[in-house]
Amino acid sequence: MDLRKVKKLIDLVSESGIAELEITEGEETVRISRYGQAQPQAMMYSPYQSFMPAPAAPAAAAIEAAPAVAAQPDGHTVKSPMVGTFYRASSPGSKNFVEVGQSVSAGETLCIIEAMKLLNEIEADQSGVIKAILVENGQPVEYGEPLFIIG
Amino acid sequence: MFEKILIANRGEIALRIQRACREMGIKTVAVHSEADAEAKYVKLADESVCIGPAQSTLSYLNIPAIISAAEVTDAEAIHPGYGFLSENADFAERVEQSGFVFIGPRPETIRLMGDKVSAKDAMKASGVPCVPGSEGALSDDSDEIIRAAKDVGYPVIIKAAGGGGGRGMRVVHTEAALLNAVSMTKNEAQTAFGNPVVYMEKFLENPRHIEIQVLADEHGNAAFLGERDCSMQRRHQKIIEEAPAPGLDPKLRDKIGERCAEACRKIGYRGAGTFEFLYENNEFFFIEMNTRVQVEHPVTEMITGIDIVQEQIRIAAGLKLSFKQKDIQLKGHSIECRINAEDPYTFVPSPGRITVYHMPGGPGIRVDSHVYQNYVVPQYYDSMVGKLIAYGATREQAIARMKTALSEIVIEGIKTNVPLHQDLMRDAAFVQGGTSIHYLEHKLAAAKAKPQ
Repeated sequence: MDLRKVKKLIDLVSESGIAELEITEGEETVRISRYGQAQPQAMMYSPYQSFMPAPAAPAAAAIEAAPAVAAQPDGHTVKSPMVGTFYRASSPGSKNFVEVGQSVSAGETLCIIEAMKLLNEIEADQSGVIKAILVENGQPVEYGEPLFIIG
Repeated sequence: MFEKILIANRGEIALRIQRACREMGIKTVAVHSEADAEAKYVKLADESVCIGPAQSTLSYLNIPAIISAAEVTDAEAIHPGYGFLSENADFAERVEQSGFVFIGPRPETIRLMGDKVSAKDAMKASGVPCVPGSEGALSDDSDEIIRAAKDVGYPVIIKAAGGGGGRGMRVVHTEAALLNAVSMTKNEAQTAFGNPVVYMEKFLENPRHIEIQVLADEHGNAAFLGERDCSMQRRHQKIIEEAPAPGLDPKLRDKIGERCAEACRKIGYRGAGTFEFLYENNEFFFIEMNTRVQVEHPVTEMITGIDIVQEQIRIAAGLKLSFKQKDIQLKGHSIECRINAEDPYTFVPSPGRITVYHMPGGPGIRVDSHVYQNYVVPQYYDSMVGKLIAYGATREQAIARMKTALSEIVIEGIKTNVPLHQDLMRDAAFVQGGTSIHYLEHKLAAAKAKPQ
């Protein structure tokens, strides 16, 4: 089970009223449960756990709206200046422009946003360290959508 | 039929288009600027895409952003509404080149009708009567200009070929003022439209503004849906529209309507359109054609029973018109009052948060409005917050219903022109019907001049 899928399941549990979710795919099982208002945790189980259906969503009043992702690190948010499709690299198979933890200088290319068959390089508007990458490769983005946090 | 349509507009028309789509089971994509993120139709859309900051040039007029939004949402067609890019032939062309259907006429048609000189030529060739004037564009030769004005006869009006919708025009009463007026209009036209070409027309002293609604499909069918009288205007902006035009001889209507339908067939028109005329002494004079759905389309819908926006979508999807000319019967009378966020008498815009909002209802009342309680009317766009439409079996009943409806409206937090509409519903000349396009301005000027 790849990490992107697990991350999506974590987001699902966070955003919904579900308290616990367990999914078995082939020989792998993932269980994600929420404890009070702490972040949901994913636990990988051995292949022989039986599948448990997710409990019915509890009364909405009992659950506060949970943050969709882990608390944002501090820093400057780079927002999308246009509508298009976000790509981490200049072409499929190429190395990503940046990774989390990487130091960037102002003017350095962070990503590509493709619109109307044109590839637009999006540059860092200030120097710093990439603290977070908020969208996924190939995801459509709108004007103003947060892309990176530079700290 | 389309599965998904992107609505490239805002405000009440975006909601109107969305409603047509929802009724037809078509998914909607609402594009919006940052200022419109809380709009009602954005919340109701299947998908929404923020395309830019508040300024129109960076959002609603931003062609790449809109087409890109269609790409990322896999929309099939784009409805441009009215205003913004709806009559921009380049936009229509780029939409089609990008693989989407533009819900409107072909780019060449938009271009033809967008140039007011070529539009007149095309109409003359199709047998549609035009306002007498210069044969085509005015040259730069002073003698020719003076001669043209003499032939047409004063007063004349100088109009920008790239203008329209009431912009880029100047009236000239005497030869002494002529050359100056022409050069000023040329300069303004260059600045405003990037096109300094102007033409001249006879200025009609007391005309009414009567327009013909048409619909044409790609199978050669074209029909007219009666007329609208939009004479109640201030600075060329319509305030009240009604259908049918009071006192218009049905034979004259059918004659001019059929000419318009024939012109559509001749130029291969596709979609909804409106032929605008000045009407004086039982004669129609073509001024311009609007190649889009218009603000005042509801009054035509009320008296014909046709859903014009749905017909636009059907035509764009390659279907035939859902009716034939003989099916069009004009029944009853309908009046529309444009509700604007402005001071009713100084016309100063009044954006801001609507703190209390209550709309009327009852028989024959239709409200086309995107606003709601706590909605903030942005200052970046036009001031129209909604349209109140009344329908009755007779014009008298429509007016009576409109009066009642206006008295029930509550909009607090912003100023609106509701008091002006209430005034006009009681106005003796309006009630009698047939007022000219100058009536409202004369009335407002007289009220200003009156000692308080």
